[in-house]
Amino acid sequence: MKVAIPVDERHLDSSVCLSFGRAPYFLFYDTTTKETYYLDNSAIENPSGAGIKAAQIIVDHGAKALLTPRCGENAQEVLRKSEVLVYQSIPGTAQENIDAFEAGKLTLLSDFHSGAGRHGR
Amino acid sequence: MKQLLILSGKGGTGKTTIASAFIALSDAKAYADCDVDAPNLHLIMAQDLEPERTDYYGMPKAEIDTDKCTECGLCKETCRFDAISKDENFTVDFFACEGCGVCEAICPANAVSLKPTVSGELMLYVDSDRVFSTAQLRMGSGNSGLLVTEVKKRMKTAARPDADLAIIDGSPGIGCPVIASISGVDMVLVVAEPSVSGISDMERIIKTAETFDTKICVCINKHDINPANTGRIEEFCRERGLPLAGKIPFDPEAVTAVNNGQTIVDIDCPSGSAVKEVFRNTMELLFA
Amino acid sequence: MEDKSARIAVLSGKGGAGKTLVSVNLAFLSGESVYIDCDVEDPNGHLFFKPDEVSKETVTVKIPVVDESLCNGCRTCVDFCKFDALAFIKNRPYVFENICHSCGGCALLCPEKAIWEKDKVIGEVQSGVSHDVIVSTGIMNIGEASGVPIVKHLLNKDVPKDLPVFIDCPPGSSCIVMESIRDVGFCILVAEPTIFGVHNLSMVYDLVKLFAKPHGVVINKCLFGKNPAEEFCIEKNIPILGRIPFDPELGALNSDAKIAARESERFRELFGSLLETVMEEVQHETTVDS
Repeated sequence: MKVAIPVDERHLDSSVCLSFGRAPYFLFYDTTTKETYYLDNSAIENPSGAGIKAAQIIVDHGAKALLTPRCGENAQEVLRKSEVLVYQSIPGTAQENIDAFEAGKLTLLSDFHSGAGRHGR
Repeated sequence: MKQLLILSGKGGTGKTTIASAFIALSDAKAYADCDVDAPNLHLIMAQDLEPERTDYYGMPKAEIDTDKCTECGLCKETCRFDAISKDENFTVDFFACEGCGVCEAICPANAVSLKPTVSGELMLYVDSDRVFSTAQLRMGSGNSGLLVTEVKKRMKTAARPDADLAIIDGSPGIGCPVIASISGVDMVLVVAEPSVSGISDMERIIKTAETFDTKICVCINKHDINPANTGRIEEFCRERGLPLAGKIPFDPEAVTAVNNGQTIVDIDCPSGSAVKEVFRNTMELLFA
Repeated sequence: MEDKSARIAVLSGKGGAGKTLVSVNLAFLSGESVYIDCDVEDPNGHLFFKPDEVSKETVTVKIPVVDESLCNGCRTCVDFCKFDALAFIKNRPYVFENICHSCGGCALLCPEKAIWEKDKVIGEVQSGVSHDVIVSTGIMNIGEASGVPIVKHLLNKDVPKDLPVFIDCPPGSSCIVMESIRDVGFCILVAEPTIFGVHNLSMVYDLVKLFAKPHGVVINKCLFGKNPAEEFCIEKNIPILGRIPFDPELGALNSDAKIAARESERFRELFGSLLETVMEEVQHETTVDS
């Protein structure tokens, strides 16, 4: 299955990005083939609704799990309805998170913060 | 690096005056002004310095190529924001346009296109040991959430690794820019003002902040202009279990200090003495 | 056509300068007049007037609804939306209602005509009367995308033609402020005599110049000593309509949501004289225009 992680740099030793919607890159890792690829996050320039667009990207790439430190309500709505599980990432590198995921050590994210619903004027 | 955000709900309560005092007292190496609609912190903290300036591009806006336009009027008919009018030619009102792209999509002559627009400016002040990030949104621009996120991001990126405290002057209101500024901070200090409208705005901002997983504390500024209302705020905090970091009296000398480009702790005045106590309590809670 | 000169907007670059203080007291002293509160995120004027017999009207915007039986999953709507208010989930579009800007594009462009629009309430307009003043307040529900439709609704309401209208604007110079001043004949800019105040004043000053609105400044919370706002006005040749001193009694009345001109003879005189000056300026502008 495919796992997605928002990352700061395009390599496995990168730190996990603190923001999901505005992460510079997404890492996609296939647990079966052990292959990895990276994608530039086109949602990063959105004035708003970045979380939704980022979630759409994850869904469109067929990921079944997302490892992230935080996730907005709107993004979570997209992921949940598309049956993508969202896990709480651990501090550390992308590789460390992949290892923790494969060892079954990660827990599901339970707290979703309010997203860009509250538009300014 | 611990991040402290100072918010108020209502404008004019004294966020910037207090933020600048905190920066002076803590000698913080990283600070930011997230009130991108009306930034004020640089007027005290960076008067004589020149920042790095970067254009900020917001939502693209529509433009009509009058050479291609056949004047069919379809764009004007379908625009939900009354942004298209006809004088000599069909033109788009830059300020009313929300960048939805409907006109671009339906124009039969391909005469309308969305163009990137500069909707503000980011400023970064960096010297040998400190960084200050701020921005100014251009008038008529909607949606400053992204710009606020950008201001905070630049502060964090430019801050030295040994900076242990960042102070962020927040924006008034409860909208998207405020949400963007709360995201990721360790503590929010709510500055309350003892007036009927101030209390109602304070309650709204506290409700908003409580949806985030962040510490919250409250301080009351100009508390002596209405002791009864100050009492109400204290009661509210007690009932909700919110720590009160302290009270600051109204002080005309604060105005003098600010007009001279100084913080209230740079001179000897009642508000300066009071804010030191608020600062002590806030830091204790933040680093607890 | 309504006499534009009787429509006066009160603005400031930032909250807390005294817009509501000025607009409420001027409306009160004008006797029969109209007070409109366009600060829909945080309306405060009604707290001072406490109007009677308040009638309420909801304000709605159009939100798309997808008819799944007609939808063929082509994604045109999702790919078009500039605000990312539509996501594509399990082969169907899903609408995020409070991100949607109600542009109508998705419904218009759907090749299968599978999208229709429903009305969603984003806020309301409340109207009542207090002391001969018609008090109209716009209130936006928390979490909505934009207050502009509420301001449009407020300003489209019929008011008796010969009454002066005072419009209490939102702070700043963003699109909702522009909407609030669109049809006014005169703008009062309220500023504080501090370096912050001047910085904020210059922003709304740029705005009223851009919209070519006649304007004047009221400096609020004046103390002795340097007055940067006064210096700014002199430099730019902006008429100073009045100066309100910093006064603990005024602060106390205001913080209890009391109308100062009603509670105290001193403030009745102060605001009375300001009103006279404002009306003179407004008349002057009308004669200049005609």
